[in-house]
Amino acid sequence: MRQWFKSGDPWIWLIGGGLAISLIMVIGLLTLIAVRGFGHFWPSPIVSTTATTAAGETRQVLGVMVRSETLPAQRVREAGQDIPADQELVTRHLIKVGNRDLNGRDFVWYLDSALGELNYPEGALRIERREWGNFYGFGRALERGGQVAARGENLWPQLQEAIARANELHQRIETLERVEIGGINSKLEALRLERRSLELRDVSGQALTAAQADLRARQAELDRRYEDIQAERRALMEESERDVLIAETAAGREVRIALNNIVRASRNNAMGLFDRIGFYGHSIGEFLSGYPREANTEGGIFPAIFGTVTMVLIMSVLVTPFGVLAAIYLREYARQGVILKLIRVSVYNLAGVPSIVFGVFGLGFFVYLLGGTIDDLFYPERLPAPTFGTPGLFWASLTLALLTLPVVIVSTEEGLARIPRTIREGSLALGATKWETLWKVVVPLSAPAMMTGLILAVARAAGEVAPLMLVGVVKLAPSLPIDGEFPYVHLERKIMHLGFHIYDVGFQSPNVEAARPLVYATALTLVMLILILNLSAIAIRNRLREKYRAESD
Amino acid sequence: MSAAKETGLHPVQSYLPSADTMARRRRLRYLADTAAAWTVRAGGGGVVVALALIFVYLFSEVVPMFRGASVERTNQFAAPSAADGDDPVLALERYDTIGMRHSADGRLSYFMLEDGRLLEQVQMAVPDGVTIESMAFGEPRSRRVAYGLSDGTAIVVDHETRLEFNDGERSVLPDPAFPLGPTPVTVDDEGRALASLAVQRDRNGDTGLAAQTEDGRLLFVHFETITSFLTGESEVKRQAWTVPSPPGALRELQLTSNLWSLIGVGDDGQLMYWDIANPGSAVLRDLASAVEGDERVTELKMLNGTFSMVVGTSEGRLSQWFLVRDERATAGDNIFSLARVRDFDRHPGAITRIQPEYTRKGFAVVDDAGGLGLHYGTSARTLYLEQVSDVPLRAVGISPVDDQIIVEDDTGTITRFDVWNKHPETSLKALWGKVWYEGRQDPEYVWQASSGSDSFEPKYSMVPLTIGTLKAAFFAMLFAMPLAIAGAIYTAYFMAPKLRGYVKPTIEVMEALPTVILGFLAGLWLAPFLENHIPAVFTVLVGLPLSFLLVAWGFSRLPQSLRLAVPPGWEAAILLPVIALVVWGLVSLSPLIEVWFFDGSMRQWFTDIGITYDQRNALVVGIAMGFAVIPTIFSIAEDAVFTVPRHLTQGSLALGATPWQTVTRVVLLTASPGIFSAVMIGFGRAVGETMIVLMATGNSPVLNFNIFEGMRTLSANIAVELPETAVHSTHFRILFLAGLVLFVITFTVNTIAEVVRQRLRERYSSL
Repeated sequence: MRQWFKSGDPWIWLIGGGLAISLIMVIGLLTLIAVRGFGHFWPSPIVSTTATTAAGETRQVLGVMVRSETLPAQRVREAGQDIPADQELVTRHLIKVGNRDLNGRDFVWYLDSALGELNYPEGALRIERREWGNFYGFGRALERGGQVAARGENLWPQLQEAIARANELHQRIETLERVEIGGINSKLEALRLERRSLELRDVSGQALTAAQADLRARQAELDRRYEDIQAERRALMEESERDVLIAETAAGREVRIALNNIVRASRNNAMGLFDRIGFYGHSIGEFLSGYPREANTEGGIFPAIFGTVTMVLIMSVLVTPFGVLAAIYLREYARQGVILKLIRVSVYNLAGVPSIVFGVFGLGFFVYLLGGTIDDLFYPERLPAPTFGTPGLFWASLTLALLTLPVVIVSTEEGLARIPRTIREGSLALGATKWETLWKVVVPLSAPAMMTGLILAVARAAGEVAPLMLVGVVKLAPSLPIDGEFPYVHLERKIMHLGFHIYDVGFQSPNVEAARPLVYATALTLVMLILILNLSAIAIRNRLREKYRAESD
Repeated sequence: MSAAKETGLHPVQSYLPSADTMARRRRLRYLADTAAAWTVRAGGGGVVVALALIFVYLFSEVVPMFRGASVERTNQFAAPSAADGDDPVLALERYDTIGMRHSADGRLSYFMLEDGRLLEQVQMAVPDGVTIESMAFGEPRSRRVAYGLSDGTAIVVDHETRLEFNDGERSVLPDPAFPLGPTPVTVDDEGRALASLAVQRDRNGDTGLAAQTEDGRLLFVHFETITSFLTGESEVKRQAWTVPSPPGALRELQLTSNLWSLIGVGDDGQLMYWDIANPGSAVLRDLASAVEGDERVTELKMLNGTFSMVVGTSEGRLSQWFLVRDERATAGDNIFSLARVRDFDRHPGAITRIQPEYTRKGFAVVDDAGGLGLHYGTSARTLYLEQVSDVPLRAVGISPVDDQIIVEDDTGTITRFDVWNKHPETSLKALWGKVWYEGRQDPEYVWQASSGSDSFEPKYSMVPLTIGTLKAAFFAMLFAMPLAIAGAIYTAYFMAPKLRGYVKPTIEVMEALPTVILGFLAGLWLAPFLENHIPAVFTVLVGLPLSFLLVAWGFSRLPQSLRLAVPPGWEAAILLPVIALVVWGLVSLSPLIEVWFFDGSMRQWFTDIGITYDQRNALVVGIAMGFAVIPTIFSIAEDAVFTVPRHLTQGSLALGATPWQTVTRVVLLTASPGIFSAVMIGFGRAVGETMIVLMATGNSPVLNFNIFEGMRTLSANIAVELPETAVHSTHFRILFLAGLVLFVITFTVNTIAEVVRQRLRERYSSL
């Protein structure tokens, strides 16, 4: 044994174990996110069973099994549940029973011993609603304008059709509200600002009367159009209230669900594999392209994806020229010496400065100082409501650009340093000036390095949350930063962001249990985005290395 | 040209541009070259400057906090209704346009601050043959002043103002009010003169009056104003009590605004505290001397919130006192005693008047040598102390927004000053030292930046946050260092090259993983998981290394043929399933361990032996943040080990050392600076990490190193509080200071690491 220890082998195994632990954590983490994230959309079977309460009553339970755990009985007793004294361990299941409007809570823990036999009834219905979360129960009849339109065999196909119709109506109402009414509102706001600006500019006499008359006319026109749209909207609303589904909960209680409150209905237990896959694809599509509902705990994350992408794009536009310029300056133009070495180390070290510090700087310098000045100079009619003097898209992008600048500089510098001297000297020997050599030979050759830098910067920016909390991200933005209103890109608007969405939904939402799957799905989206970006950066870098190895030989 | 002629050939039209054109183009090209050079210099230099700006800007936001106050004289005028030997009370209103002056002969004057013009004067309704014997004023924001009369009655007046808007123009107008009516109210039923008086308005708007009569009796009267819902008329209900008398005549008397305590000071400097929470059985609780020798107390006032009082003496000394819960009292008892908390810089003359600020714990002081001082309670700072007059000063008034001060001297001249005094709450000592806050038993380190109450004393100690930051970083490093360094050595030195090609990028990609994801998993998955499996934490900690050794030993006992089937450098791969199996087994065993050894609940067991267990604790943060820094440390350390020159290791092996001996005696020694710099950079990252700590710590600013309790870090504190604070307030600037501290720490740590790394690189190239 001593001999064996002396050989050093056990130590090698031990440090190998250290590595294996790291690896397993990495793999485990990615697997956990992937399984939970992807699993969220799968139509899980709906369980029907009975639960015996402490008082001995038996109740019907219908819902989806979320997870199970085994605990020492004492822990459950501490939580106030009655467990026989001789029992040491208990297994309990968390079942999503939905029907929050009826039960008050939609997730319930049941002791394994209290549950009866598990059934999977074919007719069990899962209804995703716009309000109150999911409904689990059985369909009984479809009512149309107070008359029963379908029941029994007919119900399911008729219901599907009615839901499709209701969804289409909902879509139209949504469009009316978002686009038409939103447009009118922003025009009304513009009118208000014009009026205010008249006051500020001290317009008087003839000009003032003319301007005011014009404003009044436009206002009247807008009011009229608003009335028209409202009437149309009311008509559509009435239409959409035509159908009502009569359903029954597991406990036998009859419930009326208006079809305009239904996003989707499914009979999970009756689905075949292909149905399931279709449903799955549809759910993922809706998640990626839909708007959030119910305080962000349900629905899609489209605005968050859109906000993240827009912000990152603007950041790229800002960071690339400056990063490249700085790198060229440091590598090609600045006098190499002790001072430059110091500057270089400092710039590199900025990459290690906590991102929240950049956020603090962005809030103080960009938002309050620059933004406040811009407001005073260019938007006096909007004051005291700030335009740029408040966190927003542009400041978020600018802050992240500053944050990722070192990444781009480092990567570009590396690229520039890697260009073989022979190529440079060849160009100079042919009579090209320094700038021509740079612009026509060196920069194109090192473009992939710049690309790598940019991609790494984008990957870092996409995952950064802390500074954004200070300079422009909100939990729910009323409108997207790019839309059909002039000037199309609204740099001053606040945005939603995938990373912040995770934080907000996971930690600030009232119903964490309901939000949990959505957080995993959002996290999965973000992880995939960032992994793809990083892997492409690595691929580009590797190809680049190969290329120059060949060329410099 | 001439050659062409000679040979008889025709001159050929050259396709090259003419010399002129060439020269022009050349000039243009050189111009472009120069222009580009300057553009790049300007752009690149600009970027460098912009990055430097971060530091400069953060610094510039922090500096104003440590400036003292500046005081600038603006104008001077004669006080309205001034008289020789007067002892007036001065006040200002919120817009700094008019001032108020109560004279000792019972006149309330409103005057313009810009020229001293009298706007309105109210004469108190003092009956014939009766004189004013004493004056008192309540908390500044109550604007309440009381006059004690020689017939045992008192008049209470509020120097209110009202706003009027005409065409958008704001004007401030006098609006004096008599909450208990304009006629005197009875304080002493026996009708003796009120020698000293205290007044206070409580939270319900009721008035408390306390007075010592000329024959030494101490009285407390409570006036409750009841407004009838039906008629809208108000009626005043009076209740009076006699409080145990002090040993002698009182010089000053003060009431707290909850009307629970009465503070008095005698001519001899004895501070006295009566508990009148239950006025029927009021008792004199404590006595303390505020002076030494034959010094006398000349002034006693309560600071905003009426928790603490400031005592001024004939020698110009100022000290702050407040009531501290008596240590002898059992829990639940509300028995307090007087405690001298801190002293301030000494004034050149005897203190004549102390005037507390309206919303903060500061106060202005004047003395009989013409000195004006601005002091602040919490930070014990004297922000300004200078002689502003050649004549003794007798009164001082301070603006509710703390930007103007008026003082009156003995000749009846009022001088107005502009004041800049925005950040008196902070000093290096208040930020980094123990501070005795109001209502606390002892000096402490506390971070509590805001509260709902008006009279709240903000507590800005950076110590709990800094310790929290270090605690989080420490546990993260404790978790990450062994794993990352072990992994790095193994990967660089023992691992099969083919495996290494996969392993290294895998771990490096993890570095890019957004920390918000780690934070959310830590908070929502890991924290509840660990709480449910506390025993597993300990068993895994011991079990995993043991299982590695066991596997290793088992492997060494395998027959040679089997052993050789596994190529060297695959140990880690073999261990992967072992780890999975062991962890799974120990986790499933965890509830049983709790049942067998801890009565079914280890958490309860912790509580029983006095260890606090929070669900979101340092252990969770350590694991999650450790996870975030493992790739950083791993990547740099691996590079350092891998680039150790081959001839060194080969030499060692050739001399007969085992691979392990080579690693410990040669490789590690050579690469240690690199590993050190890896650890430093990892530490820098852990210190500044925000999202993980924000989501996994519970964010309570406690000060301890218990692994099962949470903490609040500098970075999380910024993320939580900065969006909510007022721009350019002290709190705002302190958060900037936190940012600056983070910046400086990480920048220094990273620079050291970078320098070490570059040295190492040079050394390798020379080896």
